[in-house]
Amino acid sequence: MLLLYFGLLGACLAQEGDVRSIVDQFAQAKKFKQVEVVIDQLGNSADPLAVRPLQSLMEGTLKVRKSDGSVHIVEGKEPTLSLRDPVNGEVLDAAGAAVKDYRKIKIKNSLRRKIKAVLSGLTLGSDSVSVRLNAAQTIFDRPDAGAIVALDQALETEADEQVREAFLDARAAAVLVSKLAAEDKMAAIERIGQRGDRAALSLLLKHAGNADEQLKPAFEAAITDLESNLASWAAAQNVWYGISLGSVLLLAAIGLAITFGVMGVINMAHGEMVMLGAYTTFAIQEFIRSSAPNLFDYSLLFAVPAAFAVSGGVGLVMERGLIRHLYGRPLETLLATWGVSLILQQTVRTIFGPTNREVGNPSWMSGALEIGELAITWNRLWIVVFAIAVFAILYLIINFSSLGLEMRAVTQNRRMAGAMGIKTSWVDAMTFALGSGIAGIAGVALSQIDNVSPNLGQSYIIDSFLVVVFGGVGNLWGTLVGAMSLGVANKFLEPYTGAVLGKILVLVLIILFIQKRPRGLFALKGRAVES
Amino acid sequence: MPVPFLAGLTRFTAASIVGIALLAVLVPVSNLLLPAGNPLHIPDHLVALAGKFLCYAMLAVALNLVWGYCGILSLGHGAFFALGGYAMGMYLMRQIGSRGVYGHPVLPDFMVFLNYQELPWFWYGFDQFWFAAIMVLAVPGLLAFIFGWFAFRSRVSGVYLSIITQAMTYALLLAFFRNDMGFGGNNGLTDFKDILGFDVQSRETRAALFALSALFLVAFLLLTAAITQSRFGKLLIATRDAESRTRFLGYRPERVKLFVWTLSAMMAGVAGALYVPQVGIINPGEFAPANSIEIVIWTAVGGRGTIVGPVIGAIVVNGGKSWFTGLFPEFWLFVLGAIFVLTTLFLPRGIVGTAGNALHKFRLRGFTKVKQTTEPSLQPAE
Repeated sequence: MLLLYFGLLGACLAQEGDVRSIVDQFAQAKKFKQVEVVIDQLGNSADPLAVRPLQSLMEGTLKVRKSDGSVHIVEGKEPTLSLRDPVNGEVLDAAGAAVKDYRKIKIKNSLRRKIKAVLSGLTLGSDSVSVRLNAAQTIFDRPDAGAIVALDQALETEADEQVREAFLDARAAAVLVSKLAAEDKMAAIERIGQRGDRAALSLLLKHAGNADEQLKPAFEAAITDLESNLASWAAAQNVWYGISLGSVLLLAAIGLAITFGVMGVINMAHGEMVMLGAYTTFAIQEFIRSSAPNLFDYSLLFAVPAAFAVSGGVGLVMERGLIRHLYGRPLETLLATWGVSLILQQTVRTIFGPTNREVGNPSWMSGALEIGELAITWNRLWIVVFAIAVFAILYLIINFSSLGLEMRAVTQNRRMAGAMGIKTSWVDAMTFALGSGIAGIAGVALSQIDNVSPNLGQSYIIDSFLVVVFGGVGNLWGTLVGAMSLGVANKFLEPYTGAVLGKILVLVLIILFIQKRPRGLFALKGRAVES
Repeated sequence: MPVPFLAGLTRFTAASIVGIALLAVLVPVSNLLLPAGNPLHIPDHLVALAGKFLCYAMLAVALNLVWGYCGILSLGHGAFFALGGYAMGMYLMRQIGSRGVYGHPVLPDFMVFLNYQELPWFWYGFDQFWFAAIMVLAVPGLLAFIFGWFAFRSRVSGVYLSIITQAMTYALLLAFFRNDMGFGGNNGLTDFKDILGFDVQSRETRAALFALSALFLVAFLLLTAAITQSRFGKLLIATRDAESRTRFLGYRPERVKLFVWTLSAMMAGVAGALYVPQVGIINPGEFAPANSIEIVIWTAVGGRGTIVGPVIGAIVVNGGKSWFTGLFPEFWLFVLGAIFVLTTLFLPRGIVGTAGNALHKFRLRGFTKVKQTTEPSLQPAE
């Protein structure tokens, strides 16, 4: 009651220039309760001048001089101590002033929240749209009946449609906690329900408990609506996360779909090809940073061909130097390529150091896009697009280029292909280089979302193999479907089981699935199976 | 010879087994009875290191049984090793009793720390050594049996099997890293005090554990010899070299595989159980897929499909690792990588296999210029 009384008193007093007299009351306010009253008065003054003392109070720089009770903003310590006027911010003469002469006006967390709410009320009239939106959001998150008046005033002059909506939402929230009639509250509940987001739900849930009997049905209806609405958004978000994870898996696995799926070579160094691609991106970015910083946004465009060349080159050397001696001995290939992966990791560790390296996001990949309750970050969106593009290009190469034709010929019948004049060993080398180069390109994309460290490849190798085996060896579509279904399955399990357990479950399911269909989802039929 | 299966062993193999058995006696004697200044005295840290190597050797022998003789390349044997280790670790944890940091009478420290109210059900019984000893065999054995039952029945073989064994150990790695699994999360189990009433840290216990490891290794080698020299061993090798043909001859290769697979997992479990008290810790890192692949390379370097080859491989590679990581830590991975590549390219039969070949040729040349008989292929003929 006392609070209300002082509030009203404050409202009456509040006129131009009266902010100073309210601020001076801090001198007498020794208890939190009293400080709160002054804060309320400042809020009710609805004067933009009240913003400065409140912010200063929040930062703990608003202090009272012990000798005469004048209120100043005190910053720094003795040698560099500065004094400012709390209302107009003018710098005052600090000669002879010492920190010990001042008493800090103490606040606690509940008061901090209060100040925030009051500040947002004061900023409703700001010139900047984003400040006004923020203010409305703050009121909505921590509604206060006192804000209704300020909001009504602001609504009269507000022209921006988006801000109007935000103000109306905030007003509804404030009505909910006010002592207004049930009809007003009913309308407020409906209004809040239509917002359809999580903040609305938590607000309604908070106040549903101690609501009047006659309001209960309205609360329940609004909450049920909100919950079902949110559930469908959550499902959509999960699908998106799943597609996003799936595209990462697809990128990691698609090179393997060539080397393992088409050629049947178990390349355990595949993850390291991805890692090399990521480090190539890092190196290119460092070069651009130092020599042409304005090209930074295009760094990834340069990195893609470079990563393809680096990883493809390493793949070519590997195939010529090692793997071709081991054709037909898959288990030995597995061990030898594992050895290569260790060497590549250690090489990168020696050159670039064992710690994570910073790869920057170009500006067009930063930020997020919001569709309703769905938050889509640009980098994830670009990676999905990129993964699909890589898939499409690879598909075209395999099915419509002469290299692709020769590749398929050699894998289907090596001796016959040789008899037709195809240089089979050359095709082997090119195919392996292609698969490795694609892995390098994947590294460019993964450098945007993952830590670029020498262990980058290790974390993808098992997943990649599982995707290829799950999708069916020798089938690009299988890899696509495998990656996407694993991604979505993972993300749908996560809310119920937690991230780690979800992953374990997916692993177990794949292991079981391979028992059932040892050749994957899209198994090759006919003669190709024999090889 | 009194024991029939030993008759088929080469002199080298027999000598090696006897040698390891002698080590079981000589090393503890030298460590405990000779004064520190004596040139024949073996210092404590070497006993601990050698004990560790013997456990690795056991693990390699276990892998050799399935890979060398049956052609199943497991990239998940580290999982069985770690499970055996965890079973032993749980026993050792319970032996700490109320001497932990928090001094709780029943709960191990990490459970107090994680606010467990009571012992999870799967920890029951681990205060008894006999129960833990059974679990050391039963847990890896059961997992291997179930895994193998499904995999071999549906004829998952070759690299597919390798990949899913790797996925298996990876899944277990993730699972054991979780704090709420009840196995100590990423810290694992450590701070052991007693084993069967003896102080784990004392020299005598360490020497005894070394001797025990050596004896178990001898037992495993004899077991390998017994299996491979028997009729069943022939079937094993037939399955490795021509699985389909073996099946067409009326045998059931999946049963052969399942038997050695489960047996091998139990051997790996024993190796893990002996390893844990000697190194004093078991954590989820043991499940890492990279560890399992390293076991494969020990076996490959020593010579798969030979009885003592894996022992030599495990000791050579791990000895090299200790030596290298002491001198040039950053180069060890280069060396390990090179070992993988060079062994597969130039030494596919490993040290023992290649040396045996060379010796064989040399002897033949001594008598007459006989044309070299074709080597039995290590590759499946499918």
